[in-house]
Amino acid sequence: MRRSASKRRDQVLPKTLSDLPVGTHGVVHGLRGGKEFVGRVAVLGFTAGAEVAVVQNYGRGPIIVAVRDTRVALGRGEAAKIQVEVMRET
Amino acid sequence: MNGQIRNPQSAIRSPKSAVQNPLTVALAGQPNVGKSTVFNMLTGLDQHVGNWPGKTVEQKTGEFTHDGRVIRLVDLPGTYSLTANSEEERVARDYLIREQPDVVVIVVNAAALERNLYLLAELLALPVRVVVGLNMTDVAEQQGIRVEPHVLEAALGAPVVPLVASRNQGLRELMDAVEHLAAAPGAFKPNRPAIRAAHRPVLQEIHTLIAGHVPRPYPEDWFALKLLEGDVEITDRLRQAAPEAWERVHALLRQHEDAYLDIAGGRYEWIGRMVRVAVVRPRAGAVTLTDRVDKIATHPLWGLALLISIFGLVFWLTYTVALPIVNWLDGVVVRGLSEGLRTILATAPGWLSGLIVDGIIGGAGTVLTFLPILVIFFAALGVLEDVGYFARAAYVMDRFMHWMGLHGKSCLPLFLGFGCNVPAVMGCRIVEDRRARLMTTLLAPLVPCTGRLAVITFLAPAFFGRAAMLASWGLVAVNLIILALTGIAINRLIFKGAHTAFIMEMPLYHLPNARTIGLFVWHNTWAFVKKAGTIILVASVIVWGLSTLPDGDVERSLLAGLGRALAPVGRLMGLGDWRLMVALLTGFVAKENTIATLGILFGAGGPGSGLAQQVAGMLTLPAALAFLVVQMLFVPCVATVAVIRQETRAWKWTALSVALQLALSLAVGVAVYQVGRFL
Repeated sequence: MRRSASKRRDQVLPKTLSDLPVGTHGVVHGLRGGKEFVGRVAVLGFTAGAEVAVVQNYGRGPIIVAVRDTRVALGRGEAAKIQVEVMRET
Repeated sequence: MNGQIRNPQSAIRSPKSAVQNPLTVALAGQPNVGKSTVFNMLTGLDQHVGNWPGKTVEQKTGEFTHDGRVIRLVDLPGTYSLTANSEEERVARDYLIREQPDVVVIVVNAAALERNLYLLAELLALPVRVVVGLNMTDVAEQQGIRVEPHVLEAALGAPVVPLVASRNQGLRELMDAVEHLAAAPGAFKPNRPAIRAAHRPVLQEIHTLIAGHVPRPYPEDWFALKLLEGDVEITDRLRQAAPEAWERVHALLRQHEDAYLDIAGGRYEWIGRMVRVAVVRPRAGAVTLTDRVDKIATHPLWGLALLISIFGLVFWLTYTVALPIVNWLDGVVVRGLSEGLRTILATAPGWLSGLIVDGIIGGAGTVLTFLPILVIFFAALGVLEDVGYFARAAYVMDRFMHWMGLHGKSCLPLFLGFGCNVPAVMGCRIVEDRRARLMTTLLAPLVPCTGRLAVITFLAPAFFGRAAMLASWGLVAVNLIILALTGIAINRLIFKGAHTAFIMEMPLYHLPNARTIGLFVWHNTWAFVKKAGTIILVASVIVWGLSTLPDGDVERSLLAGLGRALAPVGRLMGLGDWRLMVALLTGFVAKENTIATLGILFGAGGPGSGLAQQVAGMLTLPAALAFLVVQMLFVPCVATVAVIRQETRAWKWTALSVALQLALSLAVGVAVYQVGRFL
């Protein structure tokens, strides 16, 4: 993870996980999508209030997210269905 | 044996008989927890691998003795939860409910404890007795994560045994705990997760509505909980068993459609309470080895370069090490065996010696000489899989797989296909979505397997001279492009451009375990050996029969008649000689049989010197290219067709696969020849 002096807080508007740059920490706010999708990601730990951190995001293609001590790869479309409240960017 | 099914009614046994009976222990766990290592360490090679009855889910059982007591270990499929999302999950929970094992061991990864305990939270909703195997404590410590087993045990109210299964540490203690629990089942009083307060009244209401309507052998509490979760299978069960009750439950549930997320959230809250005091974690932001490696391995550009290099290396290694062994087996062992048998059978009737030497040894025997290639290839893939690289390869390939409406996971069976298409088709099971799995199954036989690559390796030097290497790589590249185009076309035409969700865990990198890799090689290669000993053997004999009937002369045989009938099609590809068409046809038995057939038909007596040159001499360059292209794309071999049928459980898809490749090979063959002629 890169070090950076700037730390921002108080970003209340939920964003989708796919929009967040590498190093962003946040809290899962909600899940959109069909029941099967929601069920699968909830089991993996993406439940309301869970802390997530973006490990890999190149702007296209799948992304990697750290959640509950594991790393999960999500397709861009799937990541776009997970809403996150941003805590800080490092 | 695994066929022994116990009656659920007889589950209540007296403690005395329980001491004498063998213990049945189910092994549960999420993926990437080292569960198969635990299984392999406990059972060794004494394991039985098959399918769960009526399912395409692998079932592994094994037996061993612990302190003089026979323990029957049943490996449940690795699943994240026990909802009805996948066939694996249904298999796992059906087993637990119907067969009621004496003890369930859940293996969890200490480095990912919270997520792993989700399965425990689901398990504890069932009337089972659970021992927790806290595995990979060494990996966790490398990550700076420390788990206190005793504290966790006190919180859960279930025995927790720390393990490092890869180094055979803690397994004895694990089995002690299992036996202890089995001896005093009444003492098991775990801390079971409760549902959030907000949903308790609804759950209670469901309970009242379904009372007396729950089909056997489902536990009523669990059934009610799964109804609230909206579980598809359980909802269906109730609808069939008690339509009126279902109507009322259904109306009630419609007001609580969000309950599923809440229940999952509630389970994680329970987990949070369980691990709070038991786990010490590192300060946030520590950069691990996995993160450093992944900077390159999952980079869109470097990751792809790494993937290509690794696979280049795997192929180079495979062929450098294996080809001399294959040549030795073919030239010395098979030939020696053939000649020896011919001498022994000199006084026997001619057909007997022909059947054994040309039919059986020439067919199935030749196929078996490719075993070293498979062993080395699968060993290399086994290492990549065990260290955790496969998930990265899938991640890097995901963006390309999207063009076909597939996602990264489908790459893994396709990689296996370079070794042998049979395990590749079976490997399609890891793709969760039915549509994506079918599509991967249709594409897997288009991956050029060892057999096909062997034909190219054999003929290319004679066909292309110095450009042989370049031509071979070009053919493989063209083959893969055709695979991609076919995938895009199938997705558009048959599956109407649907898209599958890509959700995949990226495990931590860890050191490979020799035993796990050994068993990976064993299982993948054994599937091939079994087919060689059965289907390929029978087919070889049939081909040999067709080539000798009716009067022993190849030129006038039934096979020659078939080849001549196909000659008009062959002429379109510059392959007017019936022998070439027959050689391609016999590739249906096994791809590498093409060489053996050419050997028989051109009278070279096997793939000895001169055969390739002889064939090359009668073909123009476009025709030679067409021959190799058709050979690569031609219908899957009979063993692959058999597993496609077995895995899809539908003749429709099997027929489609064969028809697809037949059409594809002929179309591309004709195109290559006709275009090549004008250049």
